[in-house]
Amino acid sequence: MEHKEYKSVNKPVRKKDAMQLLLGKPVYLDDITPKDALVVKILRSPHANAVIQEIRTDAAMKVPGVAAVYTWEDVPKNRFTIAGQTYPEPSPYDRLILDRHVRFAGDAVAIIAAETEKAALKAMKLIKVKYEILQPVLDFRTAKDHPVLVHPEEDWFPPCPVGGDSRRNLVASDVNSDGDVDEVLSQCDIVLDRTYHTKAFSQAMMETFRTYTELDRYGRLHVISSTQIVFHCRRILSRALGIPMSRIRVEKPRIGGGFGAKQTAVCEVYPAFVTMKTGRPAKLIYSREESQIAGSPRHEMEIRVRLGADKDGRIRGIDLYTLSNSGAYGEHGPTTVGLSGHKSIPLYTGNLEAYRFGYDVVYTNLQAAGAYRGYGATQGIYALETTVNELAEQLSIDPTALRDINMVKEGMQMPAYYNEPANACALDRCMEHCRKMFGWEEKYPVRDMGNGKVRAAGVAMAMQGSCISNVDVGSATLKLNEDGTYNLIIGAADMGTGCDTILAQMAAECMDCQVEDVAVFGADTDSSPYDSGSYASSTTYITGKAVERACSQLKEKIRSTAAELLGCSPQETVFEGKQVRRLDTGKTVSLEEIGYKSQVNSTQALEVTVSHSSPISPPPFMVGMAEIELDKETGLVTILDYMAVVDCGIPVNPALARIQTEGGIVQGIGHTLTEDVRYDRKGRPMGSSFMQYKLPTRLDIGTLKVEFEHSYEPTGPFGAKSIGEIVINTPAPALTHAIYRATGVWHRELPITPEKIALSLKTEAKHP
Amino acid sequence: MEIKLTLNGRPLTDQIDPGLLLIDFLRDHGCFSVKRGCETSNCGLCTVLMDGTPILSCSLLAARAAGHQIQTLEGLQEEAADFAGFIADQGADQCGFCNPGFVMNTIALLRENPDPTDEEILAYLSGNLCRCSGYEGQLRGIRSYLLSRGKKGGSHGA
Amino acid sequence: MMNIQNYIQAESLEEAYLLNQKKSTRILGGMMWLKMSGNTVGTAVDLCRLGLNAIEETAEGFSIGAMATLRQMELHPGLNNYTNGAAARAVQDIVGVQFRNMATVGGSVWGRFGFSDVLTFLLSMETSVELYHGGVVPLERFVSMKRDNDLLLRILIQKKDGVFVYQSMRNQRTDFPVLTCAFSRVDGQYRAVIGARPARAMVIPDREGILDGGITLEKAGIFAAYAAQHVPTGTNLRGSAAYRTHLTEVLTRRSLLELGGIEKWK
Repeated sequence: MEHKEYKSVNKPVRKKDAMQLLLGKPVYLDDITPKDALVVKILRSPHANAVIQEIRTDAAMKVPGVAAVYTWEDVPKNRFTIAGQTYPEPSPYDRLILDRHVRFAGDAVAIIAAETEKAALKAMKLIKVKYEILQPVLDFRTAKDHPVLVHPEEDWFPPCPVGGDSRRNLVASDVNSDGDVDEVLSQCDIVLDRTYHTKAFSQAMMETFRTYTELDRYGRLHVISSTQIVFHCRRILSRALGIPMSRIRVEKPRIGGGFGAKQTAVCEVYPAFVTMKTGRPAKLIYSREESQIAGSPRHEMEIRVRLGADKDGRIRGIDLYTLSNSGAYGEHGPTTVGLSGHKSIPLYTGNLEAYRFGYDVVYTNLQAAGAYRGYGATQGIYALETTVNELAEQLSIDPTALRDINMVKEGMQMPAYYNEPANACALDRCMEHCRKMFGWEEKYPVRDMGNGKVRAAGVAMAMQGSCISNVDVGSATLKLNEDGTYNLIIGAADMGTGCDTILAQMAAECMDCQVEDVAVFGADTDSSPYDSGSYASSTTYITGKAVERACSQLKEKIRSTAAELLGCSPQETVFEGKQVRRLDTGKTVSLEEIGYKSQVNSTQALEVTVSHSSPISPPPFMVGMAEIELDKETGLVTILDYMAVVDCGIPVNPALARIQTEGGIVQGIGHTLTEDVRYDRKGRPMGSSFMQYKLPTRLDIGTLKVEFEHSYEPTGPFGAKSIGEIVINTPAPALTHAIYRATGVWHRELPITPEKIALSLKTEAKHP
Repeated sequence: MEIKLTLNGRPLTDQIDPGLLLIDFLRDHGCFSVKRGCETSNCGLCTVLMDGTPILSCSLLAARAAGHQIQTLEGLQEEAADFAGFIADQGADQCGFCNPGFVMNTIALLRENPDPTDEEILAYLSGNLCRCSGYEGQLRGIRSYLLSRGKKGGSHGA
Repeated sequence: MMNIQNYIQAESLEEAYLLNQKKSTRILGGMMWLKMSGNTVGTAVDLCRLGLNAIEETAEGFSIGAMATLRQMELHPGLNNYTNGAAARAVQDIVGVQFRNMATVGGSVWGRFGFSDVLTFLLSMETSVELYHGGVVPLERFVSMKRDNDLLLRILIQKKDGVFVYQSMRNQRTDFPVLTCAFSRVDGQYRAVIGARPARAMVIPDREGILDGGITLEKAGIFAAYAAQHVPTGTNLRGSAAYRTHLTEVLTRRSLLELGGIEKWK
């Protein structure tokens, strides 16, 4: 793809905060907030479904150092959602700060605030709770219309019509289609009908959930939180606490990872409530266990795919139904599920004559799910891509060739993607590139290595979006300083991904200056322009475009001020980066002169704020290929190589785009092979620490190789699309495929553990 | 109880609770680079050097550190900066929360084995979890540091 | 979080022993997993100053101080030379270097943990433990003894004519093992040790003389089946009893074939 040679964009610029982070400077919440704040701890329910009959806090209150203990009786009675979404939220208002009815093992029962952690923990043990234990709804397959209701309360409220009904344990439900899928499937030579199951994987960002709150010098609630969504967080707190937004300020420091977990206000309400009640600074830091059992993990889904094709491999019809488990509360339930169909089916727009996509999202008495990188697309793509691989194997067509003839191509309109166009799509080139780089021809055939070890390969494609069309808003404020440098102020949240840096790269490109000349600040509801926040892969595409537009507006203002100095009209000047030139005389004024002029007898601020939103959400595309060595006796899968080629439009920062991709792939590997989520018979989580929930280490991943195929997205800044989420989508189907190639067994539930592989082969050996 | 130890080269005496963990002692003394990522000795974020040996400060009573030399990243800024820039060039710092533990253990690795193979690097750092980077960029960074050092000659860099 | 009222670095074994006679006393080993324990400890006794942190080699054997770390075991040239590298293989996948710099051999042995790679490995040799009061006790007997208030001082390994291999199966490289298997031939006697069943490691001697006359492919299969039959297994988060029984067979056979020089597994 031809594109312009840039100075700052499409360059592997170091992250602005890189050396601060690498040298361990105090930049995170617990480093920068006072030590002597009240320590907040949460007493959690041991039961999956129970009503608090009696709760006694008198003994706890007597522990020296205990400042307060709050129960359901103390909190406001208006329900809210903690999902970080644009108002009106699709997620139902089904929470109270503390509820008398606790709905999962880990649900909050009481808030303890004390001078020390020791005192808080001691007090926690002394709270006496009498529960009426109710039968829990634990199997999401039987949750809909179950006699037990997870949310029997009268004041359950859905702000959006998403098909939910708390009387049926339904968070959301819908069906949409294009063409007559039943008719098309009935005409197909082959129809595969397969069901897949994925679990509630944890983001497991290294910094757990945490929030600090205090009253500022005006007596306002000042919230410092490790969050991706400062503005949504302010709105959520305003509603939950019943105080106006003008009395709340939410800011984020550096964030130790989010991956969507922090797109939900998981812990903010608790210390905020303590500070409002006591007037004192309060800090809540979740333990790893709390992050694992009371966080906001991926939605568990069961996905049924019916896929019809002709013998020559043309995929003609897809019927996909998703059952999604939202857990005890509905955060992100109505929206994640949509991506399981809308961001999988369009991959096969090529020959598709009809599709249908239906879903139900249900409540259960398990940990509430939330937003996790991939946001439903991951689950849907795993199911659909695995079905397509099975189709290829059944038809004896090379699975990459099968995709060549069916995949979406540039210029196509995608009916299953809200009829949005594929303006920029290099998926075909990604496939070709990855095939060559990976050596598909040599690696696809199964190779017996002796000693029961087999080598095999698998493939998958993926897509995602670049924002939520017609919803997300990104904004940028750009100011000229009097020495000719700039301040860029954003409401998007850099959670380690490097958005501060890539937005500065864009500003530097536009303003024809160095990246170092652009200072970036974000995010703080008191000073940042409104931004929906960093989620939905939107920061590069949406906030980036806002930066681009802010730059061109600021240039106009700079020219206008320069024109005054040059004694001409703005139209007679040209912006040249460090100066503005009057065209006819060639006379110039420097940015410094212009900057200083704006501070003397000036009526024009040299700053602009621009908001941007988009009617479309251009999908990035990707191909991933895995080569494994599988030990047929132990079932152990060793990844040898994982290679991927990504089309994210023009990568604004190729180094950071590569790291995003590698990091996403490794998370995907974890979900496929080592990370498991288990509950006991009573719905209590088992293995809620890093001792049991096994993230991949650097010894578990083989060699990663990532390259890019450029496309140019005309609606994105500098031709860019998104990169952050798509990268997690290929490992599950590609590895499932490779495992099938090695063993002849399709595994349709994640994770695929060595035990499942070994025992499935043993069973097969016994019953050939 | 009273303990005396050397923290980043400076002698230090303090009154501590016998159950105090070294990580909390260090953060109380301004060593904010030391991070907690788990409660199960699994993540490596809290890695510090005790008498030059990398250990998990979450799993050591501060009391046992008495009489020993403790070094955190605050005390090894120059040695860290030597190769940290190469990690930064890869963008592999990412969220940064695991970086101090990773950098500390890499310092220990390079002191013990100045010219490690990829396999040796991966094995030595396997106890340092990272959820962002996918590890490969960290390896590339260390590799390119070793390469640049090799070019400059000598195993101790510039 | 562990609540410790009193911390003492014992000046002598006698002092440590006397303190340990109180129920509320706890002897500190590598201190791993401190944050996980909610116990209250009256006195925590640290043995770090009693010279128990060395691995010593003599012509007759090895003496591993209870406070020697897993990392010392991993890197000890003599021990690895004697065990054909099995000592390093037994510990090198345990969490990470920092963890192994702290976790002690004595802690692993005293804990008699089911998941212990160390115990599995040590049981494949002629190993005894030296207790302060109890004297020298064979390791196999020690592991089945009830925990008491004695002090573990050293692990003693007799150098006999032996060959050793070590294998384990892990779902993730640095995780606890799903199953461990050490195999040895010491003075001509074969023995398999299977650990992480998930119960504590147990020794399977070749009582029936299956391997008499040396290891062949066929005999390896027969002994592996024998081991699978005689090793009770259970279910936990890492694997089911059925899978562990399957692995017992696989790892025993592989270990045997490696020991016999017939196949080499990584």
